[in-house]
Amino acid sequence: MYMESKTQFPDPSQVREELIEKYPAKVAKKRNKSIIINDPETVPEVQANVRTVPGIITQRGCSYAGCKGVVLGPTRDVVNITHGPIGCGFYSWLTRRNQTRPETDADANFIPYCFSTDMQEENIVFGGEKKLKVAIQEAYDLFHPKAIAIFSTCPVGLIGDDVHAASREMKEKFGDCNVFGFSCEGYRGVSQSAGHHIANNGIFKHMVGRNNEIKEGKFKLNLLGEYNIGGDAFEIERIFDKCGITINSSFSGNSTVSQLENAHMADLNAIMCHRSINYMGDMLETKYGIPWMKINFIGAESSAKSLRKIAEYFGDAELKARVEEVIKEEMPKVKEVIDEILPRTSGKTAMLFVGGSRAHHYQDLFSELGMTTVAAGYEFAHRDDYEGREVLPNIKVDADSKNIEELKIVADPELYKPRKTEAELEELKAKGLEINTYEGMMKQMMKKSLVVDDISHYESEKLIEIYKPDIFCAGVKEKYVVQKMGVPLKQLHSYDYGGPYTGFEGAVNFYRDIDRMVNNPVWKLIKAPWQKTADSEKESLSASYVTQ
Amino acid sequence: MLLRHTTKEVKVREGLTINPAKTCQPVGALYAALGIHGCLPHSHGSQGCCAYHRSMLTRHYKEPVMAATSSFTEGASVFGGQANLLASIDTIFSVYDPDIIAVHSTCLSETIGDDLQQITKKAADDGKIPEGKHVIYASTPSFVGSHVTGYANMVVGMAEQFAESTGEKKEQVNLIAGWMEPSDMREIKKLSKELGAKIVLFPDTSDVLDAPQTGKHEFYPKGGVTIPELKSTGDSLSSIALGCISAEPAAVALDKKCGVPFETVDMPIGISATDRFIMALSKAASVSVPDEITSERGRLLDAMTDMDQYFYGKKVALFGDPDQVIPLTEFLLDLGMLPLHIVSGTPGKRFEKRMAEILERSPGANFKNGLGADTFLLHQWMKNEPVDLLIGNSYGKYIARDENIPFIRFGFPIVDRIGHSYFPSVGYSGGLRLVEKILGVFMDRQDREAPEEKFELVM
Repeated sequence: MYMESKTQFPDPSQVREELIEKYPAKVAKKRNKSIIINDPETVPEVQANVRTVPGIITQRGCSYAGCKGVVLGPTRDVVNITHGPIGCGFYSWLTRRNQTRPETDADANFIPYCFSTDMQEENIVFGGEKKLKVAIQEAYDLFHPKAIAIFSTCPVGLIGDDVHAASREMKEKFGDCNVFGFSCEGYRGVSQSAGHHIANNGIFKHMVGRNNEIKEGKFKLNLLGEYNIGGDAFEIERIFDKCGITINSSFSGNSTVSQLENAHMADLNAIMCHRSINYMGDMLETKYGIPWMKINFIGAESSAKSLRKIAEYFGDAELKARVEEVIKEEMPKVKEVIDEILPRTSGKTAMLFVGGSRAHHYQDLFSELGMTTVAAGYEFAHRDDYEGREVLPNIKVDADSKNIEELKIVADPELYKPRKTEAELEELKAKGLEINTYEGMMKQMMKKSLVVDDISHYESEKLIEIYKPDIFCAGVKEKYVVQKMGVPLKQLHSYDYGGPYTGFEGAVNFYRDIDRMVNNPVWKLIKAPWQKTADSEKESLSASYVTQ
Repeated sequence: MLLRHTTKEVKVREGLTINPAKTCQPVGALYAALGIHGCLPHSHGSQGCCAYHRSMLTRHYKEPVMAATSSFTEGASVFGGQANLLASIDTIFSVYDPDIIAVHSTCLSETIGDDLQQITKKAADDGKIPEGKHVIYASTPSFVGSHVTGYANMVVGMAEQFAESTGEKKEQVNLIAGWMEPSDMREIKKLSKELGAKIVLFPDTSDVLDAPQTGKHEFYPKGGVTIPELKSTGDSLSSIALGCISAEPAAVALDKKCGVPFETVDMPIGISATDRFIMALSKAASVSVPDEITSERGRLLDAMTDMDQYFYGKKVALFGDPDQVIPLTEFLLDLGMLPLHIVSGTPGKRFEKRMAEILERSPGANFKNGLGADTFLLHQWMKNEPVDLLIGNSYGKYIARDENIPFIRFGFPIVDRIGHSYFPSVGYSGGLRLVEKILGVFMDRQDREAPEEKFELVM
């Protein structure tokens, strides 16, 4: 069911014309295909995951950011060494708010550290492999970690350093430390997305399957694509604990090496961020027979729905009853807050341009606040995140995507064990569970809302001028630009250093934050009293000139 | 403990940098370029560089930081980035209409050997640069120097590519700003005005990265040195470079191109460095120092003498960038404090020499800069010989919390407090702010930890 709104909005086809009219002809032609007027029933095609127009001012980052920053960064006991000049390691040092909670004071936690080979000119000219091996040895000698991961920055691929060979050599030398590399040079692919895929491949190849420990718990799932920003995974864990659901492995918020190595022992993969981790879901399905299911713990209603879906999947009456009890326990606190806030937020409008899943998930929270999403888009998603996975066979693989390795996965001769029979899966699907699939964002958005992929700065400013939304959601680069326009911006990467926003407690946090932002009296102080007077006096002065 | 793996035992490392006290060149070039009015900085490399640099500068300033990127893909990395840069220039002038595009390179474009001079020339020859508009460039490979080097290189680019000598001298002095905050640049202009010296300050990020909330986003805020001002620097009487690492190279370039003599002084942080700056500027502009400035100096000195008991003999660890670290170390010594452990990731013989001179007054002090001078080492030194105060960028808070010592944020980046873009650290009033900050953290600690019977009302 998609959202509807009674508010009158500008004609979207005219808006699209305005967005592209200033562009050079070739650019306009290209951008036109990424600016789509939504129809939730027919779901038009969106051009996505294609190269950004050079110079256009994009939100996007690079493959390294997606691989090291997003997917591998949150695991606390891996020493992540950036192989390259100092910048990449520096910028991805503690900036993503991946919370982690070591179980004891003695447990490893490298998240507050930045490790880099700090490549110098002579390493570029004569090769950096030797220095890399020295760095790996020093990391091993100093910390004796369980794993060391190497992340390639742009020059590494160009000068031909073989990070994989260096890693293999050191791994063999140590014997008790897993060492592996990632070819996630910033120029690969067209955005962070390439890095997610590379990270998924690397974790699957080098980590998953190394730990066959059978953990306690009746209902064991892997939580995929939840990076514990602002403590999101902690809130989900709190709810799961109450329900009696065990997180077997987390990819990768608050995770450890042994968790990731144990992922094949779970019975379900619950996917939060489809874009960054769907590859892992597919590969675990194929090799070990663990189905994946799209869930969404952003929004109280969505959380309740996701819990019910998980209970339905496990098909256990006791679990279903427990889930209902938990929902019944949690909802009153949520309802109390939303009842207070709803009259102040209802009818307001939001725009979301962020991420590869967040622009979808957060629409649920805005909907709970009675707010309408008038335009949304992703920074680095693919067509399936917009239109649903049914379009996957029709997506053309271009030169940039071809460069990203697709692992050939086959069923494991020993460990492949389908958790559900074909018939059971069909039955679950008939009950409305999205098993091994995702319906995308557009089917939920209202008719004639705008969908813009990889939005440019220029397009953002235009949209704000035209729609004057009550709130705009994006990242830190956009934050103060939009706020200078007098529109509050909610950061949906860092949550403006707040959160968590998942689950029931998270929903309450979000309601309160949005209430504060869209109703903050500070926005009414923008004009100084004398400016108001000057304007009105100017008007009266010019009027008096006319009469003279 | 947050930094639970940091050991007391110091081992020499040759391959691994841990918790760096520097970042890479392009972010400095981007920052410097924002100090030109009507300029859009452009990063010639992968998208990630520009995204990272804009994000870090945005977190530091809580302000819009606009910049574009050549968005390299694998193809561009193999075949060269010329097509991407030409397309960028075309798109930028059509959509964002800047007066200037300031292009800096990255490790990617440097490794493949893109020649920015040749590509920008081609852009001009192909008519992609509209009449009256400019594209300047700086080579800023990330594998050389640090963010400070990148800043210096972009400022050199401004001097080399804009300065003109008409043969007629102008009664003005060039002040070349080392990497300092917009608040500092505003203070330098204020002091110059008080002195009655006519100056051209470049770059100048005041009114760019401390822009007011007006309800309207000015894509090109009102601040920044203008193109006519930059052109006129070639006719100035002389230049004063504020910082031997981040500013002097541009002064040298101006001297080479237009024969403008220069003097280098330390960035005016603290009383002695500010004294030298005032002396240098009054001499260069042939003006005498007004009583107003002498009084300002006196107020700073008054606070230093009034409160000396709280400073004297206190040990300090500090990390940061050379042009700040040099005068700050000197100021700490002037306050009677003992700078004990100092690191800076930025290399440079000049830096080492200056620090050696200054640290003669602090026997037993540890100082290291360049490769291997990271905050992991600094923290290890602190474990071996504890200090009373840590000064550095926001990353220092992890060390300060673990070691339970007072911490003052100073340098780049500061991403967890505001103030640095509004209140200066340079000049006498900047010195007063530093004095107040240091006293504040010491006294807050005393108030928090004193036994009840020793809790003091008057301090």
